[in-house]
Amino acid sequence: MNSTAVAPRGTGVLVVGACQAGIQLACSLREYGYTAPITVVGAERHAPYQRPPLSKTLLHAETSPDAIALRSEAFYADQGIRLVLGERIIRVDRGDGGAGVAYAHSGRSFAFDRLALTVGARPRRLPVPGADLAGVHYLRDADDALALRAALAEAVDVLVIGGGFIGLEVAASARVLGCEVTVTLADNRLLERAVGVPTSEFFLDAHIRRGVRVHLGAPPVRLLDDGHGRVRGAELPDGSVLTADLVVVGIGAVPRTELAEQLGLTVDNGIVVNEYGLTSDGTTVAAGDCVACPPPVDLPDGPVRIRFESVNTAVEQAKTAAALLADRPVPYWAVPWFWSDQYDLKLQVAGLSTGHDRYVVRGEPDTEKFAVLYYRGGHLVAGDFVNRPADFLAVRSALAAGRTIPPEAATDTTVPLKKLIADDPRQAVA
Amino acid sequence: MPKVTYVSDAGEVRVVDGLAGDSVMQTAVRNGVPGITGECGGVLSCATCHVFVDEADLDRLEPVSGLEDEMLDGTVVDRCPNSRLSCQIKLSEELGELRVTTPEAQE
Ligand SMILES: Cc1cc2nc3c(=O)[nH]c(=O)nc-3n(C[C@H](O)[C@H](O)[C@H](O)COP(=O)(O)OP(=O)(O)OC[C@H]3O[C@@H](n4cnc5c(N)ncnc54)[C@H](O)[C@@H]3O)c2cc1C
Ligand code: FES
Repeated sequence: MNSTAVAPRGTGVLVVGACQAGIQLACSLREYGYTAPITVVGAERHAPYQRPPLSKTLLHAETSPDAIALRSEAFYADQGIRLVLGERIIRVDRGDGGAGVAYAHSGRSFAFDRLALTVGARPRRLPVPGADLAGVHYLRDADDALALRAALAEAVDVLVIGGGFIGLEVAASARVLGCEVTVTLADNRLLERAVGVPTSEFFLDAHIRRGVRVHLGAPPVRLLDDGHGRVRGAELPDGSVLTADLVVVGIGAVPRTELAEQLGLTVDNGIVVNEYGLTSDGTTVAAGDCVACPPPVDLPDGPVRIRFESVNTAVEQAKTAAALLADRPVPYWAVPWFWSDQYDLKLQVAGLSTGHDRYVVRGEPDTEKFAVLYYRGGHLVAGDFVNRPADFLAVRSALAAGRTIPPEAATDTTVPLKKLIADDPRQAVA
Repeated sequence: MPKVTYVSDAGEVRVVDGLAGDSVMQTAVRNGVPGITGECGGVLSCATCHVFVDEADLDRLEPVSGLEDEMLDGTVVDRCPNSRLSCQIKLSEELGELRVTTPEAQE
């Protein structure tokens, strides 16, 4: 891997995108001993912040963008990290060996020896008539969250389109605020791409118990105008109409790949990187929601690349890319995990359940405290945990150590999972 | 002004002025104090903000919640009687100064 590292020629690393991945990349570069300049350019005006609270406490509790800042201003100065906010990079010109110049919308330019792309993703737009009416919201940035919070304060009937994490977290926040809430989605179960069937079914029941109406398999065909350019509801495929004075669309995110495409990098549902965070040109690195990377865990017969949107993945990929730039390459290999908070329900997910052939449920879902452990070929691969944080930590550490938890024993809630972690017989043979 | 003294596993000391309302975890992460990761941002999801609280300060803190207690059972370095998740310790004028030791590892 050494051939890819170029000795700094003075302008150092330019990181495009100043959020979870970009800031981690910059901090890790310093931690790994990189001494040349580091510039991080971000399009948003807010100091780099954490996104998870945007759909949670920022909507329903007294949280402000300042309260969710990732680092203090003094910290960046101290670390010699130059932070340029409110500048969107629109073009990059490249010379030899990875160096080049990036141009911002404003006309400012930023020269670099090495480029890192941490540009994240944007919300997928609803492809139906009426999607641009007033009162239709998306949620990705702090500004979106502030606008949505203001709108929720006035709203009576909230319609959430999409049954993924952001949709369900917004639904929960809106219920906490006292709104009437309806969720409608194309899929036949909630959180389809992120959790297994028992967990999806639990979240359906849990939302219904808290007064949310849910329509599965019902993607709106159009949004309806109140005659003044404001949304008044949505029409479903069967012709029925859901009324709403506020619509929130949460139907997934699309990786921002324009700069990568302009640079001629390979893109396939994300900027393609190898296990070191290196893109196809052999010099540019990328990390976070904008990348598609080899799975960081064993996934026999699974996809060659995954795009996994979570804080943990953004952080781990950023560390990996920083290590490469600092000439200390270590491949990305770690158990991906994430969480979601809805009402008083804490969901934690560890590992990738893709392709599991068996699962066991530990605890009773109706008590709102249970876990689902997923197995493939007798081998523990993942788990979903609702209000069972100790079990989550046990499974995460078992997976990280390549160990297992016997499925038969796992259902006994009187024994802590931590005590059941055992050597994986398959690993031992292999 | 609230103040937190962070002592690393190796005995290095960092004293940081904090803001009332911020947690011991936030104060460390924002100011680049090593030894505390705080990956989930303080919502009791990651258990990477484990600290050992100075015995003298322990009783002055809000009690451990059920969720925190469960998470403490799964920290990378095993819990001790003075273990806390530092995202759950909020600074305040009344609390004043605190002293915590960070474990050898968080992840
Ligand atoms: C509402 C919400 C709730 C979430 N909740 C959770 C959760 O509970 N748990 C969890 O694990 N994960 C959660 N996530 C996912 C997590 O926040 C993301 O995976 C993470 O933020 C990805 O980080 P990133 O740096 O790759 O991308 P982003 O956070 O999207 O940051 C990319 C940044 O780059 C900037 N940018 C883009 N293009 C340019 C350009 N050309 N020039 C300059 N700047 C540019 C953008 O403005 C943005 O600030 C949530 C996400 C959202 C939106
Ligand atoms: S910061 Fe995640 S549990 Fe404390």
